[in-house]
Amino acid sequence: MFDWLMWFTRMDNSKPLALVLFFGAFCGVLIYVFSSKRRAERLESYKYIPLLDDAPRQPDTASASDRSQTRKVMDNE
Amino acid sequence: MAQSSALPAEQYNYDIVRKFTIAAMVWAVIGMSVGVYIACELAWPFLNFDIPALTFGRLRPVHTTLVIFGFGGSALFATSYYIVQRTSQARLAFPWVAEFTFWGWTGGVALGAITYMLGLSQGKEYAEFEWPLDIAITLVWVCYFAVYVETLRRRSQPHIYVANWFFLAFIVAVALLHIFNNLAAPVSLTKSYSLFPGVQDAMVQWWYGHNAVGFFLTAAFLGMMYYFVPKQAGRPVYSYRLSIIHFWALIFLYMWAGGHHLHWTSLPDWVSTLAATFSILLLMPSWGGMINGIMTLSGAWDKLRSDPIMLFLITSLSFYGMSTFEGPLMSLKSVNALSHYTDWTIGHVHSGALGWVALISFGSFYHLMPRLYDTRMYSQTLIYVHFWLATIGIVLYITSLWVAGIGQGLMLRSFDDYGNLAYTFIETVEFMHTPYIWRALGGAFFVSGTLVMVYNMVMTVRAARHEQAAIEAKLAAKLAKA
Repeated sequence: MFDWLMWFTRMDNSKPLALVLFFGAFCGVLIYVFSSKRRAERLESYKYIPLLDDAPRQPDTASASDRSQTRKVMDNE
Repeated sequence: MAQSSALPAEQYNYDIVRKFTIAAMVWAVIGMSVGVYIACELAWPFLNFDIPALTFGRLRPVHTTLVIFGFGGSALFATSYYIVQRTSQARLAFPWVAEFTFWGWTGGVALGAITYMLGLSQGKEYAEFEWPLDIAITLVWVCYFAVYVETLRRRSQPHIYVANWFFLAFIVAVALLHIFNNLAAPVSLTKSYSLFPGVQDAMVQWWYGHNAVGFFLTAAFLGMMYYFVPKQAGRPVYSYRLSIIHFWALIFLYMWAGGHHLHWTSLPDWVSTLAATFSILLLMPSWGGMINGIMTLSGAWDKLRSDPIMLFLITSLSFYGMSTFEGPLMSLKSVNALSHYTDWTIGHVHSGALGWVALISFGSFYHLMPRLYDTRMYSQTLIYVHFWLATIGIVLYITSLWVAGIGQGLMLRSFDDYGNLAYTFIETVEFMHTPYIWRALGGAFFVSGTLVMVYNMVMTVRAARHEQAAIEAKLAAKLAKA
C-alpha cells in the first residue's frame, strides 16, 4: 500500500526532487519580490523602520525639557 | 507606522542591553588575550611552563569559547535585545526571563572555560561543553527565544524588520544545531559519549560547525548590520527587496555546506561534492548582502572621512566580502587538498572573525553605548586609534597565516624524484616559526585596539554618570529654592 513511499528513499529520486522543490521555492520568492510594482513600493517602505525613532521628540513637561538638555546624542546623529 | 514620544531609555529596557554589552567587552579582552597567549605558545612552546591547564590543547577551546560565545554571543544578545525593541517599538517582554538569559549565558561561558582548563571536554570543536552545561545552555536559549518572539508579538509596527528575521533564524537554527550535535550518552557528571558513530559523528559535527559560522557568526551579525549601518549612516538600507532575497538564499544555502570541512575523508563523495557546490552558490547571497550594506552609504561616502564608526562598519563589510570569497574558494576539493589541515584555514577563520564579526560588533558598540548612557563618546580620536590598531592587526594576522598555511601545504605535498616526501614534518614547523611570530604580533595589535575601546567606553560611562549627578544636584537645588 505504501510501496510508493519507497521511491523517495532512493537517493537518485530524492536528490533531484529536493532540487526542484527548493529551486521552485526560491523562484517563488523572487517572483513575489519583483513581480508587482505596488508590492515593491510597499516592501521598500519597510526599510525606513530603523529610522522611525529619529523624529525629534516634543517635550511635554518641564522635567522632560530638563531631561532633553542632558541628552548628548540624538538618535539621528 | 507607530512612533512614541517617550524617551528611549524609559520606553525600552536598556538595562539588559547594557549588561550584555559590558559582558561582551569583558569577554573580548579575556578571550582575545588568551588567543594572543596561545599564539605565542605556538611560536615559543616553553610558554606552557609544563602546566597542563596552560597547554595549547586546553587553552585553545577557552579562547574560541570566550570569543565566539562570550564576546560574540553577548554582543548578539545585547544588539538583538536593542534592535527588537527599537524596530518593534515595544518594550522587551519578560524582563526577568531576559535577566536570566544574561546570568545563565555568562555563567555558562565562564564555567565552560574553567572546565576546559581542568581538562573536561567533549572534544568537539566549538562544542566542547560537557552535557550538564549543554542542557543549561539549551534552557537559556529557549528563554531567549521566548523573550524575542513575545517582544515581536507585542510590536507596534505591523511589519517585522529584516534584521529581526536574521536574529530569529539564528535563534532557531542554533537551537537545532546545539541539540542535535550534542546528543550524547552521559557516563558520569563530567563525561559523555556522542550518540553518532564514526563518520556520521564527523558529519554531524561539521554540519554543526559550519552552521555555527553560518547562523551564529554570519546571519546574526547580518541582523546587526541591517540595523546599525542604516542607523549610523542616517539613511535606509540600499534595497529592502535585496535583503529579502539575501535572507532566504543565505539561510537555505548554508545548511548544506558543512561537508566541505571533510573533503578527502571517508565521507561519501556525493556529500562532499554537494557541500562544495552549495559553498560556491553561497557566494551570491553573501556578496548580495555585502553590496546591500556598503551601498547604503551610496551618496554619502564622505561619512567615511568624518565618522570613525562608519569606518568600522564598512570595513567589516569589506572583510565579510573577502572572507566569503575565500571560503568558497577553499571549499573546492582541489584547493582544499592544499589548504586543509594548514594554517591557511586559521587565517581564513580570523579574517571573518576579526574582520567581520569583531569590527561590526565594535562599530555597533560605539553607536550603542552613547545612546544607552545618554551621552557622547569620550574620545573620537581613540575610536580612530582603535580602528587602525585593529585593521593593522587583522592584516598582519591573515597575511602571516597565508604565508604559513600555503607554505606548509606546499611543503607537505612536495615529493622528490624518487616519490619520497621532500620535507619532514619538523621542517614545516621550522618554516612556520617566523609567520607565527608575526601572527602573534597581529593578535597583540588587535587586543591593544580592544583595550583602547574598553578605556574609551569606561571613560564614556564615567562622564555620563558625572553629568547625571550634576543634573540631579542642579534639580535638587532648584527644588530646594522653590
